[in-house]
Amino acid sequence: MRKESAAPAMAPFRLNAPGDLETLRNKIIESRDPNRPEIVVCHGNGCLASGAPKVAEAFKAALAETGINAKLMPGVKTTGCQGLCSKGPLVQIRPQGYFYERVQPKDALEIVEKSVMAGEPVERLMHKDPETGKPLYTEEEIPFYSLQERLVLRRIGKIDPTDISDAIAEGAYAGLAKALHSMTPEEVVREVEKSGLRGRGGAGFPTGRKWRSALSAIEKKGRPVYVVVNGDEGDPGAFMDGAIMEGDPHSVLEGLILGAYALGAEQGYLYVRAEYPVAIRHLEMAMAQAREYGLLGENILGTGFKFDARINRGAGAFVCGESTALFTSIEGKPGNPRPKYVRSVEEGLWGRPTVLNNVETWANIPLVLGRGGQWYASLGVPHSTGTKVFCLVGKVDNVGLVEVPMGTPMDRIVTDIGGGVSGGKPFKAVQTGGPSGGCLPYSLKDTPVDFDSLTKAGSMMGSGAMIVMDEHDCVVDLGRYFLKFLEEESCGKCLPCRLGLTRMREILDGFSRGEGSEADIADLTSLAEALKDGALCALGGSAPNPVLTTIRYFRDEYLAHVSDHKCPAGVCKHLIVYAIDPEKCTGCGACAKNCPVECVTGEKKEPHVIDAAACLRCGICKETCKFDAIFIE
Amino acid sequence: MNEITFTINDQAVKARRGWTVLETARECGIHIPTLCHHPAVTPSGACRLCMVELRDGDWAKLVASCIYPAAEGIHVYTDTARVKNVRNWIFQMLLAAAPASREIAELAARHGVTGTRFAAKDPDEMCMVCGLCQRVCEEVVGLSAIAVVDRGVHKRVGAPFMQPTDVCVACGCCVNICPTGAMRKLFDSVRGETATKLTQLAV
Repeated sequence: MRKESAAPAMAPFRLNAPGDLETLRNKIIESRDPNRPEIVVCHGNGCLASGAPKVAEAFKAALAETGINAKLMPGVKTTGCQGLCSKGPLVQIRPQGYFYERVQPKDALEIVEKSVMAGEPVERLMHKDPETGKPLYTEEEIPFYSLQERLVLRRIGKIDPTDISDAIAEGAYAGLAKALHSMTPEEVVREVEKSGLRGRGGAGFPTGRKWRSALSAIEKKGRPVYVVVNGDEGDPGAFMDGAIMEGDPHSVLEGLILGAYALGAEQGYLYVRAEYPVAIRHLEMAMAQAREYGLLGENILGTGFKFDARINRGAGAFVCGESTALFTSIEGKPGNPRPKYVRSVEEGLWGRPTVLNNVETWANIPLVLGRGGQWYASLGVPHSTGTKVFCLVGKVDNVGLVEVPMGTPMDRIVTDIGGGVSGGKPFKAVQTGGPSGGCLPYSLKDTPVDFDSLTKAGSMMGSGAMIVMDEHDCVVDLGRYFLKFLEEESCGKCLPCRLGLTRMREILDGFSRGEGSEADIADLTSLAEALKDGALCALGGSAPNPVLTTIRYFRDEYLAHVSDHKCPAGVCKHLIVYAIDPEKCTGCGACAKNCPVECVTGEKKEPHVIDAAACLRCGICKETCKFDAIFIE
Repeated sequence: MNEITFTINDQAVKARRGWTVLETARECGIHIPTLCHHPAVTPSGACRLCMVELRDGDWAKLVASCIYPAAEGIHVYTDTARVKNVRNWIFQMLLAAAPASREIAELAARHGVTGTRFAAKDPDEMCMVCGLCQRVCEEVVGLSAIAVVDRGVHKRVGAPFMQPTDVCVACGCCVNICPTGAMRKLFDSVRGETATKLTQLAV
């Protein structure tokens, strides 16, 4: 994202002692004028898709056009994901902090003239208070942000991720400098243990305990030991790891270096899916810059500690996010999971003791070391400490990246922060943890979102995707979607997963056509249990969760499919009939013109009718109708 | 101290260090069904028929006995409701996946599974892709004439890249080790010209 014109604020110089970092940081801060206007354009994936690069170009053109005095010349800065993805492209103006959403290239000149030159807000582009409709000027005023506790995301959206001096100014590597200056590796491990941090990849294994087991394995087997970042995020709906790697790669790197110091590792691996090219590019730049500054490689911060890391790209297999499949993939073999009765901390990559943690877990480590394990443990709830980053997606108003303390009630995340379902109705359910997680109904809206409470409710934390569903989403269809996804992503090694996912999906396919009986629901449940118990790895073992939880909480909806041959949500094509309301139909003929099988008929300016026997249930007519006359019976 | 004592179905058993639960059970004459296991090659834990239940008070979990190391004081059960449920469904799915295999039908019948709720996709199919043929070729014969190709639900057994290969020496180990009889049929599709000549000579 660095623009050709913007050179880093500081020429790189090698840090020769832990104390040099603070000196450098002060120098960077002193060299910057806090009152200098700055236009910050979000370049997270959501904003990129909604046209942020064109907006950034438009700002540059607008600056040139207005001919602002060179001394006042503000910079256009691009950052990682600022969070409110559905309202992008997002632009912030500093130093005032004005927050603009859905900015279009044509708005650039007005913003430059009013906000940058005169310091005045452009109210029409601001986020509006959902109740009063009043414009909210800054992030602090917007509930989506003010109700969050952004710690892991603290620098994302503020810094230019391609410029290490920006990250250092905001405190990057301070935890590393502190640890190398005044802590032994043992003390680092103890601090992580004290923090209560649990792995953010899904299962929630205590990170400190993992590191401690690795130390005992090292005692038995000696070194080398490897530290590995799992950046193979692939759950549908999850993008927090990608956002962290893209928006603040240094936080991941700093965590990894701290882990290496604690365990005595000299080599680390970052396994990142190839579908995250921006994350890979930013990590590569971050690593190159960290090497220049003496934060990575030989003699880190002049202390003699030596550690380097490399990036391995995943080739598109979801299962390679499973720890043992990830190792076999790095080793150059097909990414199949291997039996895990000997744990990875003892026998991981290349058969050596290995500590594998998820991106978000590593990004938490600098916080733990910087501010202390005890402080960290005070966040969240007793057995789930700290904060968790969630991806709020689906039928929710504020789709985006959210960070809250562990134990925050689900409703607060979905309704207060997420703005709830459009139209103000209560949500129907929330799928947490992606395809491995479960589907929790509205009646469990007060469930505290932490590892243990979600497991108790039959779901799991998983990666942290939260897919919000409303009354137009069908639970049978949801199950089919996730099973189809996993069918394509199964490695095929073990029988329950290779054969069972297809068989489960076939039973659900039957339900979606109104075929089946209560006995089939019982069979499906029992087959799902067999997969849970029998599959070799967590992909197959957790695959039945969406089906099992929806049967548990939405049994009536299953029964409606098999007994009444109805899909209450109006999704399953075989069970719905499109019809036209003659009161509303104006006879414009738009639906008839667009119907691919010409099954809509009627005279001009007279109500039309749909021939249900010929209808494909594609829904094009309903989308075309401007008068809301077409409905599902 | 090289001996490990634990229980299988409440019966005390002794194992040598390094043995798996399955090896111990076999040594004691306790039957656990398997398809993808053979003492000549590294166990892979793929067919999941050998699942057994570990219990410790209220805690219980299922493990694959062919790869689970025998450990002091564990309590193993080979016939619990959970174990039977897994086996029942795997057998049902196998009967539909490889309906032409007599061996699978016999083993399933031995465990009380004689029918399946699933429709067979190919009535002539015998292979269920356990990978024993590939493992024996690589580990015992020292060649790689057979591969498990493709992935996921499309996984199947054949010559690498599905091209008949001259690497095959027609030793027949794969045919011999195949637990479902599928290799008898697949054998010819693996061999290239040289290997075909070799078998003709042998005949």
